[in-house]
Amino acid sequence: MRRRHWFSKTGLWLGLGFLYVPIVSMIVFSFNNSRLVTVWDAPNSPTLKWYGELFRNEQILGAAWLSIRIAAMAATGAVILGTLAGLVLARFGPFRGRALLSGMTTAPLVMPEVITGLSLLLLFVALEQLIGWPEVRDATTITIAHITFAMAYVTIVVQSRLAGFDNSLEEAALDLGARPAKVFFRITLPLIFPAIMSGWLLAFTLSWDDVVVSQFVAGPGSTTLPMVIFSKVRLGVSPDVNALATIMVLIVALGVVASAIWMRRQERRREREMQMATAANK
Amino acid sequence: MAERRNDNKREPWRDPGAQAYVQIENVTKRFGDFVAVNNVSLKIYQHEIFCLLGGSGCGKTTLLRMLAGFEPPTSGRILIDGKDMADTPPYERPTNMMFQSYALFPHMTVAKNVSFGLEQEKLPKAEVAQRVDEILDIVKMREYAQRKPHQLSGGQRQRVALARALAKRPKLLLLDEPLGALDKKLREQTQFELINIQERLGVTFVVVTHDQEEAMTLASRIGVMNRGEIVQVGTPSEIYEFPGSRFVADFIGSVNMFEGRLIEDLPDRVRIHSPELGGVVYVDHGISSAPGAAVWAAIRPEKINISRAAPASTAENCVRGIVKEIAYMGDLSIYLVKIEAGKMVRVTLPNIERLADDERILWDESVYLSWHSSSPVVLPQ
Repeated sequence: MRRRHWFSKTGLWLGLGFLYVPIVSMIVFSFNNSRLVTVWDAPNSPTLKWYGELFRNEQILGAAWLSIRIAAMAATGAVILGTLAGLVLARFGPFRGRALLSGMTTAPLVMPEVITGLSLLLLFVALEQLIGWPEVRDATTITIAHITFAMAYVTIVVQSRLAGFDNSLEEAALDLGARPAKVFFRITLPLIFPAIMSGWLLAFTLSWDDVVVSQFVAGPGSTTLPMVIFSKVRLGVSPDVNALATIMVLIVALGVVASAIWMRRQERRREREMQMATAANK
Repeated sequence: MAERRNDNKREPWRDPGAQAYVQIENVTKRFGDFVAVNNVSLKIYQHEIFCLLGGSGCGKTTLLRMLAGFEPPTSGRILIDGKDMADTPPYERPTNMMFQSYALFPHMTVAKNVSFGLEQEKLPKAEVAQRVDEILDIVKMREYAQRKPHQLSGGQRQRVALARALAKRPKLLLLDEPLGALDKKLREQTQFELINIQERLGVTFVVVTHDQEEAMTLASRIGVMNRGEIVQVGTPSEIYEFPGSRFVADFIGSVNMFEGRLIEDLPDRVRIHSPELGGVVYVDHGISSAPGAAVWAAIRPEKINISRAAPASTAENCVRGIVKEIAYMGDLSIYLVKIEAGKMVRVTLPNIERLADDERILWDESVYLSWHSSSPVVLPQ
């Protein structure tokens, strides 16, 4: 193999270092015995002490469970609304208010989170005065707020998938006697399902690590995991947060690796099948 | 093929009392300012293979899509089997379509693709399965029933698309460039299979194509389209031998055209003086045109004789020239001859015998070009 130029090598290592040194140091310190995060207690380390403490911490476990529930609900809601918006934008051609809808659905992408959070808070307060709902700000208001900004991402993913969609597939189904609703569920939906799935995962992740918007619309007793971490860190970094973060990194890394392997396998299978098809014709 | 076309019973368009299966009446389709289809009227009869032939953007696909119900006409009426289709959505029309891209559902197997239409009719499962097998047998794809579309070759996909469109036993099948994606050999073979299937199932075909050879082979009648209008409708031989306009003569096959003026205009013969030809074209049939009018004489390349020796009469329908280019195509050879008036004339000769090199007419040889007085077609300006 040709030797790479020193410049690209340095660039690679600098980039990798920039991305991963903080994470690696956090993982290393999660096995530290000392209560002081910055001091490495060499004689008694590594230890799983903080992991044990983490699993006895009701507050963190409760917050994690709440975060998962909110993320799942918000992702599902965002997928439903985002898919509809994506369909309308990709399919209905030019119509009155198209530019407005397109702008509004993508606005949360560029809007500062503080403003999104603040405006939602004002909305909820106004609603409470007007119709008496929501009485308290809790998981429901957080979920609604998360749907608002996560929907924008789903819309974009679905819309771009539909842009590459062969419309004659739907026409063929209509032509074969399927009514429009059936065409949607039998043809369109299965074909854009990968986009919907990745939109769901994206929305889940966004909701899972959101602090800013949640801060605004959360009430007492509805503290999500990122909010707990954030408030703990403000009182000084405690090592059990390192442990928690390490577990989260591990889960994410496993997810990424698993999906990469799965996609590679799919790709290989497809290639093999296509080779078979061409070979069969010779 | 020829037999089929000459059979008078099979030519319902010659019978004024015959009931057309598809009636297109003054149909116009506009997209904004663009007129895709301009005031088209057509009658298509049962058991026909009707080809809409034209270049890209001539409106042939738009017309087909209006028959399928994907586009509503801006004005005019479409009747299928005597029924106005204005308010009938695609899923209730007695038509099925084979798409240019085939539009096979990529997430379904071949069998599922074919059964999709039958399932919409709520037929019992056993019957669906039986009819899927039947139609896959017809297109010889039964052994591939469990494959997905991406596991098939282009030709196989084409068969599945045809099977899917035929599965519901439509009275009218619409085909959008059905053979466009196939290579030449496969295309020829499939053309004849299509005709066989059409005759066996008694379906009426409306085929859209830009390929004139395909239209000639398949069609009972051809409708030539240009800029949204139907310029001529006729059997393949009518269209080829008696083109009605310069556009049709030029579009179907190749042709040599000479501009000229009528110098003799009798009911049974005409003479045209053409400076481009440097002579007189004598035509043994009359035309309806004002004397002195500018006309075009069109002569097909295969109807021109090429010889070293002067033909018996050299006064008319004969010019001299020099061979400039020869293209050997195997089955025939194309000669480009520069005539004395300066124009290039295209002549094709079938290679019936294997000729020794010295018998063959070669480059830069001086030759006579001549043709029978029945060969030229006189076209108005």
